[in-house]
Amino acid sequence: MPGFGIIKGLKETARNFFGSYHDPGRFVTIQYPEEKREHHENYRSFPFLVYDGDPVKGLRCVSCKICEKECPPQCIYIVPEQDGSGKLLKFPRIFDIDVSVCMGCQICVEVCPFDSIKMDQEFEVSTADRFGGLILNRSKLAKSNEYYHQIRPAEATAVDAQLAAERERQQAKAAAAKSPAPAAAATREKKP
Amino acid sequence: MTPWSTLLALAGDATGSWLAQLKNLATHPWVVNLVAMAVILGANAAFFAVITLLERKGLGRIQNRPGPNRAGPFGILQPAADGIKMITKEDIVPERADQLVHFLAPLVMLAPITLALAVLPYGPQLVAVNLDAGVLFFFAIGTAGELAAFMAGWSSRNKYSLLGAMRAIAQMISFELPLVLSTLVVIMMTGSMSLVEIVAGQGSAAWGLPGWNIFTPWGLAGFLIFLTAAAAESNRSPFDLPEGESEIIGGFMTEYSGFKYAVFFMAEYFGMFAVSGLGITLFLGGWHAPFPFLEWVPGIFWYVAKLVALVFGFIWIRGTLPRLRADQLMNFSWKFLMPLALLNFATAILWHATAGWQFPGAWLCRWLVCFGIVAGAFTGLGRAMLRRRQVGPRIYRYAS
Repeated sequence: MPGFGIIKGLKETARNFFGSYHDPGRFVTIQYPEEKREHHENYRSFPFLVYDGDPVKGLRCVSCKICEKECPPQCIYIVPEQDGSGKLLKFPRIFDIDVSVCMGCQICVEVCPFDSIKMDQEFEVSTADRFGGLILNRSKLAKSNEYYHQIRPAEATAVDAQLAAERERQQAKAAAAKSPAPAAAATREKKP
Repeated sequence: MTPWSTLLALAGDATGSWLAQLKNLATHPWVVNLVAMAVILGANAAFFAVITLLERKGLGRIQNRPGPNRAGPFGILQPAADGIKMITKEDIVPERADQLVHFLAPLVMLAPITLALAVLPYGPQLVAVNLDAGVLFFFAIGTAGELAAFMAGWSSRNKYSLLGAMRAIAQMISFELPLVLSTLVVIMMTGSMSLVEIVAGQGSAAWGLPGWNIFTPWGLAGFLIFLTAAAAESNRSPFDLPEGESEIIGGFMTEYSGFKYAVFFMAEYFGMFAVSGLGITLFLGGWHAPFPFLEWVPGIFWYVAKLVALVFGFIWIRGTLPRLRADQLMNFSWKFLMPLALLNFATAILWHATAGWQFPGAWLCRWLVCFGIVAGAFTGLGRAMLRRRQVGPRIYRYAS
Protein backbone atom coordinates (compact mmCIF):
# COMPACT_ATOMS: atom_id res chain seq x y z
CA MET A 1 0.00 0.00 0.00
CA PRO A 2 1.42 3.41 -0.87
CA GLY A 3 2.29 5.66 2.03
CA PHE A 4 3.73 2.92 4.21
CA GLY A 5 7.24 3.89 3.24
CA ILE A 6 6.62 7.21 4.97
CA ILE A 7 5.55 5.40 8.13
CA LYS A 8 8.68 3.26 7.95
CA GLY A 9 10.78 6.40 7.62
CA LEU A 10 8.99 8.06 10.53
CA LYS A 11 9.67 4.97 12.63
CA GLU A 12 13.36 5.15 11.81
CA THR A 13 13.66 8.83 12.72
CA ALA A 14 11.73 8.21 15.94
CA ARG A 15 14.19 5.44 16.80
CA ASN A 16 17.04 7.87 16.25
CA PHE A 17 15.30 10.55 18.29
CA PHE A 18 14.77 8.38 21.35
CA GLY A 19 17.97 6.39 20.84
CA SER A 20 20.09 9.52 21.03
CA TYR A 21 18.90 9.99 24.62
CA HIS A 22 19.83 6.59 26.03
CA ASP A 23 22.24 4.99 23.57
CA PRO A 24 25.76 6.47 23.72
CA GLY A 25 26.65 4.49 20.60
CA ARG A 26 24.25 6.64 18.59
CA PHE A 27 25.03 9.91 20.25
CA VAL A 28 28.58 10.33 19.04
CA THR A 29 29.05 14.08 19.43
CA ILE A 30 32.10 15.10 21.48
CA GLN A 31 31.60 18.48 23.13
CA TYR A 32 34.97 19.80 22.00
CA PRO A 33 36.24 22.48 24.37
CA GLU A 34 35.05 20.52 27.41
CA GLU A 35 35.94 17.04 26.26
CA LYS A 36 38.57 16.06 23.74
CA ARG A 37 39.06 13.06 21.57
CA GLU A 38 41.95 10.75 22.51
CA HIS A 39 44.89 11.06 20.11
CA HIS A 40 46.57 8.12 18.49
CA GLU A 41 50.17 7.80 19.61
CA ASN A 42 51.46 8.63 16.14
CA TYR A 43 49.37 11.79 15.87
CA ARG A 44 51.70 14.77 15.39
CA SER A 45 51.42 18.52 15.12
CA PHE A 46 54.61 20.60 15.44
CA PRO A 47 58.17 19.88 16.63
CA PHE A 48 59.43 20.48 20.15
CA LEU A 49 62.82 20.11 21.88
CA VAL A 50 63.38 17.44 24.51
CA TYR A 51 65.35 18.21 27.66
CA ASP A 52 66.48 16.04 30.54
CA GLY A 53 66.42 17.68 33.94
CA ASP A 54 67.10 21.38 33.53
CA PRO A 55 64.95 23.15 30.87
CA VAL A 56 67.92 25.18 29.59
CA LYS A 57 71.07 23.21 30.35
CA GLY A 58 69.42 19.84 29.85
CA LEU A 59 68.48 20.36 26.21
CA ARG A 60 69.66 17.46 24.10
CA CYS A 61 70.16 19.77 21.13
CA VAL A 62 73.80 20.44 20.23
CA SER A 63 72.90 23.03 17.56
CA CYS A 64 74.42 20.95 14.78
CA LYS A 65 71.95 22.61 12.38
CA ILE A 66 71.16 19.44 10.48
CA CYS A 67 67.46 19.96 10.97
CA GLU A 68 67.77 23.59 9.87
CA LYS A 69 69.40 22.48 6.64
CA GLU A 70 66.99 19.61 6.00
CA CYS A 71 63.76 21.44 6.80
CA PRO A 72 61.86 21.65 3.45
CA PRO A 73 60.00 24.90 4.17
CA GLN A 74 63.01 26.35 6.07
CA CYS A 75 61.09 27.18 9.20
CA ILE A 76 63.90 26.45 11.71
CA TYR A 77 66.45 29.09 12.69
CA ILE A 78 69.38 28.16 14.97
CA VAL A 79 72.23 30.24 16.38
CA PRO A 80 74.78 28.27 18.46
CA GLU A 81 75.98 29.53 21.82
CA GLN A 82 79.52 30.94 21.94
CA ASP A 83 81.87 31.17 24.81
CA GLY A 84 83.88 34.31 25.61
CA SER A 85 86.58 33.57 23.06
CA GLY A 86 84.11 33.13 20.19
CA LYS A 87 84.31 29.36 20.18
CA LEU A 88 81.04 27.65 19.28
CA LEU A 89 79.47 25.59 22.03
CA LYS A 90 77.29 22.53 21.58
CA PHE A 91 74.19 24.40 22.69
CA PRO A 92 71.64 26.58 20.88
CA ARG A 93 71.46 30.24 21.88
CA ILE A 94 68.49 30.81 19.56
CA PHE A 95 66.22 28.03 18.35
CA ASP A 96 63.11 29.34 16.59
CA ILE A 97 60.45 27.44 14.70
CA ASP A 98 57.87 29.38 12.72
CA VAL A 99 54.81 27.13 13.04
CA SER A 100 52.93 29.18 10.45
CA VAL A 101 55.50 27.84 7.95
CA CYS A 102 56.05 24.37 9.43
CA MET A 103 54.21 21.68 7.51
CA GLY A 104 54.65 18.94 10.09
CA CYS A 105 56.64 16.64 7.78
CA GLN A 106 58.72 15.20 10.67
CA ILE A 107 61.95 15.30 8.57
CA CYS A 108 63.72 17.24 11.35
CA VAL A 109 62.89 14.41 13.74
CA GLU A 110 64.16 11.78 11.35
CA VAL A 111 67.50 13.49 10.66
CA CYS A 112 68.31 14.45 14.26
CA PRO A 113 71.21 12.24 15.45
CA PHE A 114 70.68 13.18 19.09
CA ASP A 115 66.95 12.47 19.44
CA SER A 116 66.56 16.02 20.63
CA ILE A 117 63.70 17.20 18.40
CA LYS A 118 60.39 15.35 18.47
CA MET A 119 56.86 15.95 17.22
CA ASP A 120 54.35 17.39 19.67
CA GLN A 121 50.63 16.62 19.89
CA GLU A 122 49.55 20.10 20.96
CA PHE A 123 47.21 21.45 18.29
CA GLU A 124 45.56 24.45 19.95
CA VAL A 125 48.23 26.96 18.89
CA SER A 126 45.98 29.61 17.43
CA THR A 127 46.84 33.13 18.49
CA ALA A 128 45.69 36.67 17.90
CA ASP A 129 49.27 37.77 17.15
CA ARG A 130 49.99 36.14 13.83
CA PHE A 131 53.60 37.27 13.51
CA GLY A 132 54.97 37.00 17.02
CA GLY A 133 52.61 34.40 18.38
CA LEU A 134 53.38 31.76 15.80
CA ILE A 135 57.17 31.84 16.19
CA LEU A 136 58.07 29.41 18.95
CA ASN A 137 61.37 30.26 20.63
CA ARG A 138 63.71 28.03 22.61
CA SER A 139 61.92 28.37 25.91
CA LYS A 140 58.52 27.64 24.35
CA LEU A 141 59.89 24.69 22.41
CA ALA A 142 61.68 23.07 25.36
CA LYS A 143 59.61 20.28 26.88
CA SER A 144 60.70 17.63 29.34
CA ASN A 145 61.38 14.00 28.60
CA GLU A 146 58.54 13.16 31.00
CA TYR A 147 56.17 15.06 28.73
CA TYR A 148 57.53 13.10 25.80
CA HIS A 149 56.85 9.89 27.71
CA GLN A 150 53.37 11.13 28.43
CA ILE A 151 52.37 11.79 24.82
CA ARG A 152 54.25 8.90 23.14
CA PRO A 153 55.08 6.25 25.75
CA ALA A 154 56.27 3.51 23.40
CA GLU A 155 58.47 5.71 21.23
CA ALA A 156 59.95 7.58 24.20
CA THR A 157 60.87 4.34 25.96
CA ALA A 158 62.60 3.07 22.82
CA VAL A 159 64.49 6.35 22.48
CA ASP A 160 65.53 6.24 26.15
CA ALA A 161 66.82 2.69 25.78
CA GLN A 162 68.75 3.64 22.68
CA LEU A 163 70.25 6.68 24.35
CA ALA A 164 71.21 4.64 27.41
CA ALA A 165 72.91 2.03 25.22
CA GLU A 166 74.72 4.76 23.37
CA ARG A 167 75.87 6.32 26.65
CA GLU A 168 77.12 2.94 27.91
CA ARG A 169 79.04 2.38 24.73
CA GLN A 170 80.57 5.84 25.04
CA GLN A 171 81.50 5.19 28.67
CA ALA A 172 83.01 1.82 27.78
CA LYS A 173 84.95 3.46 24.98
CA ALA A 174 86.16 6.22 27.27
CA ALA A 175 87.18 3.70 29.90
CA ALA A 176 89.04 1.70 27.27
CA ALA A 177 90.88 4.80 26.09
CA LYS A 178 91.88 5.74 29.66
CA SER A 179 93.21 2.32 30.72
CA PRO A 180 93.96 0.23 27.68
CA ALA A 181 95.69 -2.53 29.71
CA PRO A 182 92.66 -3.92 31.53
CA ALA A 183 90.66 -3.68 28.38
CA ALA A 184 93.35 -5.53 26.52
CA ALA A 185 93.48 -8.08 29.31
CA ALA A 186 89.75 -8.43 29.06
CA THR A 187 89.95 -9.03 25.35
CA ARG A 188 92.69 -11.53 25.92
CA GLU A 189 90.61 -13.33 28.45
CA LYS A 190 87.70 -13.42 26.05
CA LYS A 191 89.68 -14.82 23.19
CA PRO A 192 90.07 -18.47 24.14
CA MET B 1 -16.78 70.45 57.77
CA THR B 2 -13.07 70.65 58.19
CA PRO B 3 -10.91 71.29 55.22
CA TRP B 4 -9.29 67.91 55.79
CA SER B 5 -12.51 65.95 55.46
CA THR B 6 -13.45 67.96 52.39
CA LEU B 7 -10.19 67.02 50.83
CA LEU B 8 -10.74 63.36 51.69
CA ALA B 9 -14.22 63.41 50.24
CA LEU B 10 -12.96 65.06 47.09
CA ALA B 11 -10.22 62.48 46.81
CA GLY B 12 -12.73 59.68 47.33
CA ASP B 13 -14.94 61.15 44.67
CA ALA B 14 -12.05 61.48 42.31
CA THR B 15 -10.88 57.90 42.81
CA GLY B 16 -14.41 56.63 42.48
CA SER B 17 -14.98 58.36 39.18
CA TRP B 18 -11.53 57.35 38.04
CA LEU B 19 -12.25 53.70 38.76
CA ALA B 20 -15.59 53.95 37.02
CA GLN B 21 -13.93 55.55 34.05
CA LEU B 22 -11.35 52.81 34.02
CA LYS B 23 -14.07 50.20 34.09
CA ASN B 24 -15.84 51.90 31.22
CA LEU B 25 -12.61 52.10 29.33
CA ALA B 26 -11.75 48.45 29.95
CA THR B 27 -14.99 47.23 28.45
CA HIS B 28 -14.76 49.55 25.46
CA PRO B 29 -14.61 47.42 22.28
CA TRP B 30 -11.48 49.16 21.05
CA VAL B 31 -9.64 48.38 24.26
CA VAL B 32 -10.88 44.80 24.26
CA ASN B 33 -9.72 44.34 20.68
CA LEU B 34 -6.35 45.91 21.42
CA VAL B 35 -5.84 43.61 24.38
CA ALA B 36 -6.87 40.60 22.31
CA MET B 37 -4.44 41.61 19.58
CA ALA B 38 -1.63 42.06 22.07
CA VAL B 39 -2.31 38.70 23.68
CA ILE B 40 -2.53 36.84 20.37
CA LEU B 41 0.62 38.46 19.00
CA GLY B 42 2.56 38.06 22.22
CA ALA B 43 1.54 34.48 22.86
CA ASN B 44 2.27 33.45 19.29
CA ALA B 45 5.63 35.24 19.27
CA ALA B 46 6.60 33.47 22.48
CA PHE B 47 5.41 30.16 21.08
CA PHE B 48 7.39 30.88 17.92
CA ALA B 49 10.56 31.36 19.96
CA VAL B 50 10.00 28.13 21.87
CA ILE B 51 9.17 26.17 18.74
CA THR B 52 12.27 27.32 16.83
CA LEU B 53 14.40 26.01 19.68
CA LEU B 54 12.43 22.76 19.99
CA GLU B 55 12.61 22.26 16.25
CA ARG B 56 16.37 22.63 16.19
CA LYS B 57 16.75 20.37 19.21
CA GLY B 58 14.35 17.79 17.81
CA LEU B 59 15.92 17.77 14.36
CA GLY B 60 19.29 17.43 16.02
CA ARG B 61 18.16 14.44 18.04
CA ILE B 62 16.66 12.85 14.94
CA GLN B 63 20.10 13.21 13.35
CA ASN B 64 21.84 11.93 16.52
CA ARG B 65 23.37 15.22 17.56
CA PRO B 66 22.55 17.45 20.53
CA GLY B 67 21.34 20.57 18.72
CA PRO B 68 21.97 24.06 20.10
CA ASN B 69 23.26 23.74 23.68
CA ARG B 70 25.67 26.65 24.11
CA ALA B 71 23.45 29.67 24.83
CA GLY B 72 22.26 29.14 28.38
CA PRO B 73 21.47 25.78 30.00
CA PHE B 74 20.27 23.34 27.32
CA GLY B 75 20.41 26.21 24.84
CA ILE B 76 17.25 27.86 26.14
CA LEU B 77 18.64 31.31 25.35
CA GLN B 78 19.20 30.37 21.71
CA PRO B 79 16.02 32.13 20.46
CA ALA B 80 17.14 35.33 22.19
CA ALA B 81 20.59 35.00 20.64
CA ASP B 82 19.02 34.42 17.23
CA GLY B 83 16.80 37.45 17.70
CA ILE B 84 19.71 39.70 18.64
CA LYS B 85 21.68 38.39 15.68
CA MET B 86 18.80 39.05 13.29
CA ILE B 87 18.24 42.58 14.57
CA THR B 88 21.89 43.59 14.51
CA LYS B 89 22.53 42.21 11.03
CA GLU B 90 22.87 44.61 8.15
CA ASP B 91 19.60 45.13 6.30
CA ILE B 92 20.58 45.03 2.65
CA VAL B 93 18.23 46.25 -0.06
CA PRO B 94 19.45 45.57 -3.62
CA GLU B 95 20.31 48.74 -5.44
CA ARG B 96 17.95 48.12 -8.34
CA ALA B 97 15.15 46.62 -6.26
CA ASP B 98 11.71 48.18 -6.05
CA GLN B 99 12.36 49.77 -2.67
CA LEU B 100 8.78 50.19 -1.50
CA VAL B 101 7.49 46.78 -2.54
CA HIS B 102 10.64 45.13 -1.21
CA PHE B 103 9.98 46.79 2.13
CA LEU B 104 6.27 45.96 2.19
CA ALA B 105 6.49 42.27 1.24
CA PRO B 106 7.40 40.90 4.71
CA LEU B 107 4.66 42.98 6.31
CA VAL B 108 2.10 41.83 3.75
CA MET B 109 3.21 38.30 4.55
CA LEU B 110 2.86 38.66 8.33
CA ALA B 111 -0.22 40.87 8.75
CA PRO B 112 -2.87 38.57 7.18
CA ILE B 113 -1.62 35.59 9.12
CA THR B 114 -2.03 37.43 12.40
CA LEU B 115 -5.55 38.33 11.26
CA ALA B 116 -6.21 34.67 10.51
CA LEU B 117 -5.03 33.80 14.02
CA ALA B 118 -7.68 36.14 15.43
CA VAL B 119 -10.69 34.10 14.28
CA LEU B 120 -9.59 30.80 15.84
CA PRO B 121 -11.39 29.76 19.03
CA TYR B 122 -8.72 29.07 21.66
CA GLY B 123 -11.15 28.18 24.40
CA PRO B 124 -14.85 28.22 25.30
CA GLN B 125 -14.81 32.02 25.67
CA LEU B 126 -11.43 32.71 24.10
CA VAL B 127 -12.18 33.88 20.60
CA ALA B 128 -11.07 37.32 19.56
CA VAL B 129 -13.41 37.71 16.59
CA ASN B 130 -16.34 35.36 16.27
CA LEU B 131 -17.18 35.58 12.59
CA ASP B 132 -20.18 33.82 11.04
CA ALA B 133 -17.99 32.75 8.14
CA GLY B 134 -14.73 32.23 9.99
CA VAL B 135 -13.48 29.48 7.68
CA LEU B 136 -14.09 31.64 4.65
CA PHE B 137 -12.31 34.57 6.28
CA PHE B 138 -9.39 32.37 7.21
CA PHE B 139 -8.80 31.19 3.65
CA ALA B 140 -9.55 34.56 2.10
CA ILE B 141 -7.05 36.35 4.27
CA GLY B 142 -4.53 33.52 4.07
CA THR B 143 -4.33 33.91 0.30
CA ALA B 144 -2.58 37.24 0.76
CA GLY B 145 0.57 35.28 1.55
CA GLU B 146 0.83 34.38 -2.14
CA LEU B 147 0.71 38.05 -3.03
CA ALA B 148 3.46 38.76 -0.52
CA ALA B 149 5.64 35.98 -1.92
CA PHE B 150 5.28 37.38 -5.39
CA MET B 151 5.90 40.94 -4.17
CA ALA B 152 9.11 39.76 -2.55
CA GLY B 153 10.22 37.77 -5.58
CA TRP B 154 9.42 40.43 -8.14
CA SER B 155 10.69 43.46 -6.28
CA SER B 156 14.07 41.87 -5.49
CA ARG B 157 15.09 41.95 -9.17
CA ASN B 158 16.91 38.67 -8.83
CA LYS B 159 16.32 35.59 -10.93
CA TYR B 160 16.46 33.25 -7.98
CA SER B 161 13.93 35.35 -6.12
CA LEU B 162 11.63 35.39 -9.10
CA LEU B 163 11.96 31.65 -9.70
CA GLY B 164 11.33 31.02 -6.02
CA ALA B 165 8.29 33.25 -6.05
CA MET B 166 6.92 31.50 -9.14
CA ARG B 167 7.41 28.16 -7.47
CA ALA B 168 5.86 29.42 -4.26
CA ILE B 169 2.76 30.71 -6.01
CA ALA B 170 2.35 27.60 -8.13
CA GLN B 171 2.64 25.45 -5.02
CA MET B 172 0.40 27.55 -2.80
CA ILE B 173 -2.37 27.80 -5.38
CA SER B 174 -2.17 24.10 -6.19
CA PHE B 175 -2.44 23.08 -2.58
CA GLU B 176 -5.07 25.66 -1.72
CA LEU B 177 -7.63 23.49 -3.51
CA PRO B 178 -7.18 20.24 -1.56
CA LEU B 179 -6.90 22.31 1.61
CA VAL B 180 -10.23 24.02 1.03
CA LEU B 181 -11.89 20.86 -0.28
CA SER B 182 -10.91 18.92 2.81
CA THR B 183 -12.36 21.63 5.06
CA LEU B 184 -15.54 21.87 2.99
CA VAL B 185 -16.47 18.38 4.13
CA VAL B 186 -16.44 19.55 7.72
CA ILE B 187 -18.47 22.63 6.86
CA MET B 188 -20.96 20.45 5.02
CA MET B 189 -21.37 18.03 7.90
CA THR B 190 -21.54 20.70 10.60
CA GLY B 191 -23.77 22.97 8.57
CA SER B 192 -21.90 26.09 9.64
CA MET B 193 -18.93 28.14 8.58
CA SER B 194 -18.45 29.57 12.03
CA LEU B 195 -15.38 28.11 13.70
CA VAL B 196 -17.02 28.44 17.11
CA GLU B 197 -20.00 26.35 16.00
CA ILE B 198 -17.76 23.79 14.33
CA VAL B 199 -15.97 23.28 17.65
CA ALA B 200 -19.25 23.19 19.56
CA GLY B 201 -20.45 20.44 17.23
CA GLN B 202 -17.52 18.23 18.25
CA GLY B 203 -18.51 17.72 21.89
CA SER B 204 -18.46 14.28 23.41
CA ALA B 205 -20.22 11.54 21.47
CA ALA B 206 -21.93 8.40 22.83
CA TRP B 207 -20.31 6.29 25.56
CA GLY B 208 -18.10 9.16 26.67
CA LEU B 209 -15.97 9.01 23.56
CA PRO B 210 -14.73 12.21 21.92
CA GLY B 211 -16.92 13.37 19.10
CA TRP B 212 -14.10 14.83 17.10
CA ASN B 213 -14.41 14.84 13.35
CA ILE B 214 -11.21 12.84 12.95
CA PHE B 215 -12.99 9.76 14.33
CA THR B 216 -15.21 9.55 11.27
CA PRO B 217 -13.91 8.12 7.98
CA TRP B 218 -14.39 11.38 6.11
CA GLY B 219 -12.82 13.25 8.99
CA LEU B 220 -9.78 10.99 9.06
CA ALA B 221 -9.24 11.25 5.31
CA GLY B 222 -9.98 14.96 5.44
CA PHE B 223 -7.50 15.46 8.25
CA LEU B 224 -4.72 13.65 6.41
CA ILE B 225 -5.40 15.62 3.22
CA PHE B 226 -5.58 18.79 5.29
CA LEU B 227 -2.30 18.03 7.03
CA THR B 228 -0.48 17.37 3.76
CA ALA B 229 -1.89 20.45 2.11
CA ALA B 230 -1.20 22.51 5.23
CA ALA B 231 2.45 21.48 5.18
CA ALA B 232 2.61 22.61 1.56
CA GLU B 233 0.72 25.84 2.29
CA SER B 234 3.06 26.84 5.08
CA ASN B 235 6.13 25.87 3.00
CA ARG B 236 7.15 23.16 5.41
CA SER B 237 9.43 20.33 4.42
CA PRO B 238 8.99 18.13 2.35
CA PHE B 239 7.23 20.86 0.40
CA ASP B 240 9.76 23.61 1.04
CA LEU B 241 10.47 24.19 -2.63
CA PRO B 242 9.77 27.93 -2.49
CA GLU B 243 12.70 28.32 -0.14
CA GLY B 244 14.74 25.41 -1.55
CA GLU B 245 18.05 26.63 -0.19
CA SER B 246 20.06 23.96 -1.97
CA GLU B 247 18.49 24.68 -5.36
CA ILE B 248 17.51 28.32 -5.63
CA ILE B 249 19.54 29.89 -2.81
CA GLY B 250 16.60 31.02 -0.69
CA GLY B 251 13.72 31.41 -3.11
CA PHE B 252 11.84 34.67 -2.79
CA MET B 253 13.75 35.41 0.42
CA THR B 254 17.14 35.46 -1.34
CA GLU B 255 17.52 39.23 -1.25
CA TYR B 256 16.26 39.62 2.29
CA SER B 257 18.49 39.87 5.30
CA GLY B 258 18.38 41.00 8.88
CA PHE B 259 15.04 41.70 10.44
CA LYS B 260 13.06 41.51 7.21
CA TYR B 261 14.21 37.94 6.82
CA ALA B 262 13.26 37.30 10.44
CA VAL B 263 9.78 38.63 9.69
CA PHE B 264 9.44 36.20 6.79
CA PHE B 265 10.61 33.42 9.02
CA MET B 266 8.15 34.43 11.70
CA ALA B 267 5.33 34.65 9.17
CA GLU B 268 6.14 31.13 8.02
CA TYR B 269 5.88 29.82 11.56
CA PHE B 270 2.78 31.87 12.31
CA GLY B 271 1.30 30.38 9.17
CA MET B 272 2.10 26.92 10.46
CA PHE B 273 0.46 27.74 13.81
CA ALA B 274 -2.56 29.17 12.02
CA VAL B 275 -3.18 26.17 9.75
CA SER B 276 -2.46 23.80 12.63
CA GLY B 277 -4.98 25.74 14.70
CA LEU B 278 -7.51 25.46 11.90
CA GLY B 279 -6.83 21.74 11.65
CA ILE B 280 -7.36 21.39 15.39
CA THR B 281 -10.57 23.40 15.19
CA LEU B 282 -11.96 21.48 12.25
CA PHE B 283 -10.87 17.92 12.93
CA LEU B 284 -9.39 17.52 16.41
CA GLY B 285 -12.23 18.95 18.46
CA GLY B 286 -10.72 22.40 19.03
CA TRP B 287 -10.41 23.14 22.71
CA HIS B 288 -12.49 20.09 23.75
CA ALA B 289 -10.92 17.63 26.15
CA PRO B 290 -10.48 14.10 24.82
CA PHE B 291 -12.76 12.65 27.52
CA PRO B 292 -15.64 14.19 29.47
CA PHE B 293 -13.99 13.58 32.85
CA LEU B 294 -11.12 15.86 31.78
CA GLU B 295 -13.43 18.80 31.01
CA TRP B 296 -12.34 20.61 34.18
CA VAL B 297 -8.99 21.40 32.59
CA PRO B 298 -9.24 24.78 30.82
CA GLY B 299 -9.87 24.58 27.09
CA ILE B 300 -6.77 26.61 26.23
CA PHE B 301 -4.65 23.82 27.68
CA TRP B 302 -6.10 21.25 25.29
CA TYR B 303 -5.75 23.65 22.41
CA VAL B 304 -2.07 24.27 23.14
CA ALA B 305 -1.42 20.57 23.75
CA LYS B 306 -2.93 19.68 20.39
CA LEU B 307 -1.04 22.52 18.72
CA VAL B 308 2.27 21.33 20.16
CA ALA B 309 1.50 17.78 19.07
CA LEU B 310 0.69 18.89 15.51
CA VAL B 311 3.74 21.13 15.27
CA PHE B 312 5.90 18.34 16.58
CA GLY B 313 4.39 16.14 13.89
CA PHE B 314 5.48 18.70 11.30
CA ILE B 315 8.99 18.72 12.77
CA TRP B 316 9.08 14.94 12.71
CA ILE B 317 8.02 14.89 9.07
CA ARG B 318 10.64 17.52 8.29
CA GLY B 319 13.31 15.33 9.86
CA THR B 320 12.18 12.32 7.84
CA LEU B 321 11.21 13.19 4.29
CA PRO B 322 13.42 14.67 1.59
CA ARG B 323 12.23 17.56 -0.52
CA LEU B 324 9.97 16.76 -3.47
CA ARG B 325 10.77 17.70 -7.04
CA ALA B 326 8.62 20.43 -8.57
CA ASP B 327 6.79 18.09 -10.98
CA GLN B 328 6.25 15.51 -8.24
CA LEU B 329 4.75 18.26 -6.11
CA MET B 330 2.31 19.30 -8.82
CA ASN B 331 1.36 15.72 -9.65
CA PHE B 332 0.84 15.00 -6.00
CA SER B 333 -1.53 17.92 -5.59
CA TRP B 334 -3.56 17.64 -8.79
CA LYS B 335 -3.56 13.92 -9.45
CA PHE B 336 -3.68 12.55 -5.93
CA LEU B 337 -4.93 14.98 -3.30
CA MET B 338 -7.57 16.62 -5.48
CA PRO B 339 -9.40 13.41 -6.54
CA LEU B 340 -9.05 12.06 -3.04
CA ALA B 341 -10.57 15.20 -1.55
CA LEU B 342 -13.42 15.06 -4.06
CA LEU B 343 -14.04 11.42 -3.26
CA ASN B 344 -14.04 12.32 0.38
CA PHE B 345 -17.09 14.42 -0.41
CA ALA B 346 -18.90 11.35 -1.67
CA THR B 347 -17.91 9.50 1.49
CA ALA B 348 -19.26 12.30 3.62
CA ILE B 349 -22.52 12.26 1.67
CA LEU B 350 -22.80 8.50 2.17
CA TRP B 351 -22.10 8.95 5.87
CA HIS B 352 -24.81 11.58 6.07
CA ALA B 353 -27.30 9.55 4.04
CA THR B 354 -26.84 6.44 6.19
CA ALA B 355 -27.24 8.35 9.45
CA GLY B 356 -30.75 6.91 9.80
CA TRP B 357 -29.65 3.27 9.94
CA GLN B 358 -31.00 1.71 13.10
CA PHE B 359 -30.02 -1.99 13.04
CA PRO B 360 -27.45 -3.18 15.60
CA GLY B 361 -23.88 -2.53 14.53
CA ALA B 362 -25.03 0.09 12.08
CA TRP B 363 -22.38 2.55 13.17
CA LEU B 364 -19.56 0.05 12.64
CA CYS B 365 -21.03 -0.97 9.28
CA ARG B 366 -21.20 2.65 8.12
CA TRP B 367 -17.69 3.25 9.35
CA LEU B 368 -16.23 0.28 7.53
CA VAL B 369 -18.03 1.01 4.26
CA CYS B 370 -17.01 4.65 4.23
CA PHE B 371 -13.48 3.87 5.30
CA GLY B 372 -13.25 1.21 2.61
CA ILE B 373 -14.16 3.73 -0.05
CA VAL B 374 -11.56 6.22 1.12
CA ALA B 375 -8.84 3.62 1.67
CA GLY B 376 -9.55 2.02 -1.69
CA ALA B 377 -9.32 5.36 -3.42
CA PHE B 378 -6.10 6.10 -1.57
CA THR B 379 -4.54 2.80 -2.61
CA GLY B 380 -5.73 3.01 -6.19
CA LEU B 381 -4.63 6.59 -6.71
CA GLY B 382 -1.33 5.92 -4.98
CA ARG B 383 -0.63 2.88 -7.14
CA ALA B 384 -1.51 4.84 -10.25
CA MET B 385 0.86 7.61 -9.21
CA LEU B 386 3.70 5.30 -8.33
CA ARG B 387 3.47 3.29 -11.55
CA ARG B 388 6.68 3.67 -13.46
CA ARG B 389 5.90 5.18 -16.78
CA GLN B 390 7.99 4.22 -19.77
CA VAL B 391 9.48 7.44 -21.01
CA GLY B 392 11.25 7.28 -24.35
CA PRO B 393 14.12 9.52 -25.37
CA ARG B 394 13.04 13.09 -25.65
CA ILE B 395 13.01 14.45 -29.18
CA TYR B 396 14.10 18.02 -29.62
CA ARG B 397 12.66 19.11 -32.92
CA TYR B 398 14.25 22.50 -33.17
CA ALA B 399 17.10 22.55 -30.70
CA SER B 400 19.24 19.64 -31.94
